[in-house]
Amino acid sequence: MRHLLSTRDLDRETAIRILDVAEDMAQTADREVRKLPPLRGKTVVNLFFEDSTRTRLSFESAAKRLSADVITFSAKGSSVSKGESLKDTAQTLAAMGADAIVVRHHDSGAAHQLAHAGWIDAAIINAGDGTHEHPTQALLDAYTIRARRFGAGARGRDLAGMRVAIVGDILHSRVARANVWLLTTLGAEVHLVAPRTLLPHGVEHWGATVHEHLDDALAAAPDAVMMLRIQSERMRDAYFPSAREYARVWGLTAERLALLGPDTMVMHPGPMNRGLEISSAAADSARSTVLAQVTNGVSIRMAVLYLLVAGSSGTAEPTGGEG
Amino acid sequence: MVARTVLHDADITRALRRIAHEVLESRRGEGRLVFLGIPTRGATLADRIQRIVDEIEPGVSSAGSLDITLYRDDLAKSPTRTPAPTRIPAEGIDDAIVVLVDDVLYSGRTIRAALDALVDHGRPRVVRLAVLVDRGHRELPIRADFVGKNLPSATSERVSVRLVEVDGADEVTIEP
Repeated sequence: MRHLLSTRDLDRETAIRILDVAEDMAQTADREVRKLPPLRGKTVVNLFFEDSTRTRLSFESAAKRLSADVITFSAKGSSVSKGESLKDTAQTLAAMGADAIVVRHHDSGAAHQLAHAGWIDAAIINAGDGTHEHPTQALLDAYTIRARRFGAGARGRDLAGMRVAIVGDILHSRVARANVWLLTTLGAEVHLVAPRTLLPHGVEHWGATVHEHLDDALAAAPDAVMMLRIQSERMRDAYFPSAREYARVWGLTAERLALLGPDTMVMHPGPMNRGLEISSAAADSARSTVLAQVTNGVSIRMAVLYLLVAGSSGTAEPTGGEG
Repeated sequence: MVARTVLHDADITRALRRIAHEVLESRRGEGRLVFLGIPTRGATLADRIQRIVDEIEPGVSSAGSLDITLYRDDLAKSPTRTPAPTRIPAEGIDDAIVVLVDDVLYSGRTIRAALDALVDHGRPRVVRLAVLVDRGHRELPIRADFVGKNLPSATSERVSVRLVEVDGADEVTIEP
């Protein structure tokens, strides 16, 4: 693994390896000294062409916990807004000696282009490109589901037989796409729930079961219900009649929350629109994994940065060796 | 090209018993002992030594493991390694007598990394080192306090420790 661009590039073994390393990283959170040395002397650049405080902070703290130097480059107020191309930006960062670039871009495929155009030698981590992919979000979701379900025995396991319902704006959601691919690779059964207007073309080929009503998906007794944010900034047309109607038919209301099994997790990638896709009752319930997802996000990003940046190449080698 | 067995299962058991007694003797009747093994086989050995110590003097010791992968000095020069779990006993290591345990002591670089990892977990009163085999060829000023067997070797030779819990049998072999 040289870059992390899409969860589609991950096979089952690689995905489980990332989740397992994240377990090790999570373990270091309750130590006296939380800092780890493996990225000492390495430079990680956060290249954000699109605002995202949470993801940026998560990557930043992950890189710092691994002792990397972190440079944050946000498009606002940079020469990107003066019309500098992605290529020029990449070459500038290459000249500064970046070892890894965490990129968030409003265009689908930007991370892929950065990785394969030959402009720069650094490891590229996709932190969200347009409506396409957001692999670390999917990894942290899978990690959260695995950790909740298996606790200390999570290591080495996949999600075989688990049912996950993903609800909301599937059309614009890179989180949904990344999750469908990863969860399926890990053996989970994925259910998608959305108004017909918020389902992308070709969704029937994704290998997931599609429902038009949340109640139908909840009837399948999912192990986790993942509520997606209604992204008003991407909504240029009327995709559903009104916010009230959306909340009534597709929102996780207090009434629907009561119907969930006792172990069903309620997930949300944040930031939440309380009262729209998720009720406060659901967001603040004991079933909610929202804060765990934030904590786990740092562990997953530490694992990804470690695996991509620490070694001389991305190939795996077992631990051990005398010395 | 044939491997020669230098320690059989009974030799390993005897060596670990002797180390357990020596550790207890050096404790001089006071202090909490924490055996921290370096994964994989060091962790197994730490558990075994601690069990022997607990039979002789119950309740003064605990065992865990200390992974050093993230502290290696050759991380950037080799392919990425997957870390192994670290288990620190619930009482922590502050003011304890920590005995680091590894299977083979060779360059000393693993122990250097272990000392770095250790300070991130707390401040032990003293740190000692126990190894099953010391094969020489140190590259750093590090020595073991408790040694199962000194095994003079050539750098070209390969010393392998196999343990029941990991490999299905107890033996130490050397091959050219």
